[in-house]
Amino acid sequence: MIRTNQTPDGQPKIGVYICHCGMNIAGQVGVEEVTAFASSLPNVVVARHYKFMCSDPGQELIQADIAERGVNRVVVASCSPLLHEATFRQACAAAGLNPFCFQMANIREQVSWVTADKDHATSKAKALVAAAARRVALHQPLERRRVAVRRETLVVGAGIAGIEAALRIADSGKKVYLVERDSSIGGHMAKFDKTFPTLDCAACILTPKMVRVARHPNVELVTLAEVDEVSGYVGNFTVKLRRRARYVTGACTGCGQCEEVCPCVQPNQFEMGRSQRKAIYRNFPQAVPNWFVIDYGACSGCRLCEDVCEAGAIDHEQEDEVEEIQVGTIVLATGFKTFDPRILPQYGYGRYENVYTSLEVERMVNASGPTGGQVLLADGSEPKSVAIIHCVGSRDKKTNPWCSKVCCMYSLKLAHLVKQRTGAEVYNFYIDMRTPGKGYEEFYDRLLEEGVQFVRGRVADITDWPMTEAEEGKLVVRAEDSLIGVTRRIPVDMVILSVGLEPQLDAHQMRKKFNISCSSEGWFLERHPKLAPVATFTDGVWIAGACQGPKDIPETVAQAGAAASEAIALMDKGHVEIEPNTVEIDEEKCSGCKTCLGMCPYHAISRDDQKGVAVVNQAMCKGCGTCAAACPSGAIRQHLFTDEEIYQEIEGVLSYV
Amino acid sequence: MDKPKVGFYWCASCGGCEEAVVDLAETILDVVEVVDIVFWPCAMDFKREDVEAMPDGTMAACFVNGAVRTSEQRAMAELCRRKSQSLVAFGSCAHLGGVPGLANLHSRQSILQACYGDGVFTTVNPDRVVPGPRTERPEGSLELPELDGEVKRLDHCVTVDYYLPGCPPPVKLIVDAVTAIVENKLPPEGTVLAPDTALCHDCPRLDSKPEEPFIDRFRRPHQIPIDPEKCFLTQGLLCLGPATRSGCDNACIQGNMPCTGCMGPLSGVRDQGAAALSAVASLMATNDASQADRVAAELADLAGTLYRYGMPSSLLFKKAEQDRTGGVPCPSE
Amino acid sequence: MSDSNRSAQPPGWEPRITAFFCNWCTYTASDLAGVSRMAYAPNTRVIRVMCSGRIDPQFVLAALRAGADGVLIGGCHPGDCHYQEGNYKCLRRFTMLRRYLSEMGIDPQRLRLEWIAASEGDKVQRVTNEMVEQIRKLGPLKLAPLPQAQGCQRAVAERAAAEV
Repeated sequence: MIRTNQTPDGQPKIGVYICHCGMNIAGQVGVEEVTAFASSLPNVVVARHYKFMCSDPGQELIQADIAERGVNRVVVASCSPLLHEATFRQACAAAGLNPFCFQMANIREQVSWVTADKDHATSKAKALVAAAARRVALHQPLERRRVAVRRETLVVGAGIAGIEAALRIADSGKKVYLVERDSSIGGHMAKFDKTFPTLDCAACILTPKMVRVARHPNVELVTLAEVDEVSGYVGNFTVKLRRRARYVTGACTGCGQCEEVCPCVQPNQFEMGRSQRKAIYRNFPQAVPNWFVIDYGACSGCRLCEDVCEAGAIDHEQEDEVEEIQVGTIVLATGFKTFDPRILPQYGYGRYENVYTSLEVERMVNASGPTGGQVLLADGSEPKSVAIIHCVGSRDKKTNPWCSKVCCMYSLKLAHLVKQRTGAEVYNFYIDMRTPGKGYEEFYDRLLEEGVQFVRGRVADITDWPMTEAEEGKLVVRAEDSLIGVTRRIPVDMVILSVGLEPQLDAHQMRKKFNISCSSEGWFLERHPKLAPVATFTDGVWIAGACQGPKDIPETVAQAGAAASEAIALMDKGHVEIEPNTVEIDEEKCSGCKTCLGMCPYHAISRDDQKGVAVVNQAMCKGCGTCAAACPSGAIRQHLFTDEEIYQEIEGVLSYV
Repeated sequence: MDKPKVGFYWCASCGGCEEAVVDLAETILDVVEVVDIVFWPCAMDFKREDVEAMPDGTMAACFVNGAVRTSEQRAMAELCRRKSQSLVAFGSCAHLGGVPGLANLHSRQSILQACYGDGVFTTVNPDRVVPGPRTERPEGSLELPELDGEVKRLDHCVTVDYYLPGCPPPVKLIVDAVTAIVENKLPPEGTVLAPDTALCHDCPRLDSKPEEPFIDRFRRPHQIPIDPEKCFLTQGLLCLGPATRSGCDNACIQGNMPCTGCMGPLSGVRDQGAAALSAVASLMATNDASQADRVAAELADLAGTLYRYGMPSSLLFKKAEQDRTGGVPCPSE
Repeated sequence: MSDSNRSAQPPGWEPRITAFFCNWCTYTASDLAGVSRMAYAPNTRVIRVMCSGRIDPQFVLAALRAGADGVLIGGCHPGDCHYQEGNYKCLRRFTMLRRYLSEMGIDPQRLRLEWIAASEGDKVQRVTNEMVEQIRKLGPLKLAPLPQAQGCQRAVAERAAAEV
């Protein structure tokens, strides 16, 4: 078979520059020998060696040869391309040579620093130089592409993370679509009474933000809505939003007349089913938006609400609507769910009426909750003793192996509130107390002083089977007290299960929609755990808050700010630059066999059914080249890593031993 | 003006390519009308001396099919080359090495041993005589061409101007090639006279091929009833269509059989089998090493399947001198 | 066969290993090995690709054809691929390719795949040394020489003219 040689425009004239890097390279590699070898290679018109190629005089050597000797391809043999590729590309560009007509040979990290024998080091350096010279002859001028970035942001989830991010972005003058699937914004934080460790009122700090975000001229609040589909790429996403019918229009004044006349009663989901609500309802009196909503599954269709609504806000004919919006950036703040303790039958949740989850007690201690802020047993009396069990569903390989991070602190908070409101004896059963954070350890100290009991040990089970008279009519917590080495039975009136945090049930569907990654547990994966904690591997999509992993409110707010500022920075810049190592498909050669489609994690390749060929969206391609390796027709070319360039490199490294 | 003269010759091949010429049916009369066939030993009585007597370059084109493995085939290939202006490698064997090229999975010695020694193919050969270029027997002396160490394709031995791929080449491509010669409208030399697009392009089953990796097992055609509508790969059948030139009008696909790759690789590919392997392996729906290996293990005779028509054109060319493992031992000679 | 000049362990023979490392993990790890001055066998020549998913089985065969006695592939650990899943694509191809090599009489140990994270400079050192020793044990790869394609007549004539 005959193949055409891909000769670049004009004869390649290669300049090869060997760096001494002081003694770092020259101490181990015979730089003069390598230079002489390089000058004997095909197409090489000049080969030089110099003390520090990355220094200004070093770069000027290259630039002078480009200007005076017509060098049109450059090889620098020095350190790792990960270190100085950008430097030398810039040097080439400054001299008028396309920066991609350049190749680096790594003879420091890969040779002089790791090779004991000088002759071996010199040989290896020669092989790498030969490979680079053969390869660079094929390099073609490339351009970095610029793609404009739209000035709109989609924020998904309107808990404290989403609200915070939306406000920051809106304040910077960009339009924000804040999408929430519930009828009201506020998320978990809206359910809390107090926040640790300062015990300031959650509503007092959250409600103003909720109101502000709803009224912000740059924010379009979309409640009862979910993201159906996302397409596009950084700077240019198209998002399909599904708005579910509310059956109540924005004319609603929130007067509540409708609720009074509604005859249909349902368990209240906002209160975890611990109270009742009507078919027409709102989550809580300060809900934002403050409009009512009809739960159509529970509605009898009597239309009494319609009759009493003076504002004429009831619209039983409403239907779901799908809306398409265009955004440049996306912030995901979809939060968490709490662990369902029914999975652990030994704790009796759902079996004993006085076993509550922590979230239920959060509502109970909240003045707007089902008990008006009183801590009450199922029979309406106040508990005289309460057990709080930490780590329910957390730090256990049988359920969730991770520490949910916030439970110790919120358990302390609940212990304080319960003791304060009822005067009950409160027992905390913990494995380890984890209170790192500003003021957290001090809060723990305060609880110890308040006389809250702490028992170190995992609770075995909770039973209503008394063994002594004191246990009659009580719930008995059986636990090992590992500090004194005995098993204890502690009778209490009420048990609070400090349930852990888990990824949302639909985290994996969400991840697919937004083309980001999840850890195996289902937490959204950040680009780098330390240095890029809110970025994702998909450009233009950031994550904030507990969707990335358990975290408390201060951390969540900090992440929301970080995600917002990254989105703002990108939109202010107005464009993204794309490295030109993307792939290109030769339509003449492509058979449209679909092999490449499933290779691309970014869905950058699609099939043009008219032409019967694959098409690459350059803006979405990240340049991994996986499709090029899979293409059975050789129809995919990855710039900077073409098949021929790699073959030349292979033959180059093996041409000299 | 004289009609252009053409010739046909075969080396190591099955005769199917000659059949393909016959398959031109009535068309061959049109061909004969415009060209003079001056050499076609399979069909007409031509002697080697007749060809040798021709001035060099007499034939406008000579179509040579078959791979090259013996001294005689080499000599004839060289003769045909000398006597023709254009030499056309005709069919998979001349183009790529073809099915005879699979002999490169064995050493010459082991082949001779299998044929004349203790191997299963021996019929009546009580003395285990292995014939060489000259073998003395009581009945007289026997001269045979020398068997080379490996099978080569035609252009390993002589320069070749055009390639007509296929096992055998599709009639339409033959007619197009002959027409081009007669009308002197040949493409640049070195061209493979078939479309440079893989078979999937026109495959009627492509719609049923998923866009995500889907291969969870491999089977062989005889093991299952083959759905005549669905992509073979979705049925676990290895189809080389994605890595093979089209131009065959999907003959095998129409016959409800997966492509075995006879039309050869696309121009952008160095090694057809490896390109096919990469595509097929990439489509395995597992991220688990042992699961991937289990699925891959279901592909019986991987080398023979991926390189059914192209072992001598592969980068490895021939089975390596025995390393340690591997199926059939390949003792060095 | 004409490859007798590459008989087992000829004097002075040194294993030749071509390595394909992904940019984000293994190449970075090999830089780290350098920065940490971890000396290792000089027999490998590293070719950088953006992702192990870029490695076409043809590259491996081309390396063996060009004289490599072994090929080492380095990629990110499962789940850590910079491009999400390129390393899994690499794994699938590697698995099938090893089976093919084995059928071609080539010991599959001549092809090695290792997941090496950016932080594992020591693993680059260890794996390289192990691989060199492994290939040393196996000896030179004895591939039959690939016959030169003759090309078309005009190309040959042009070549001859150019030489004159």
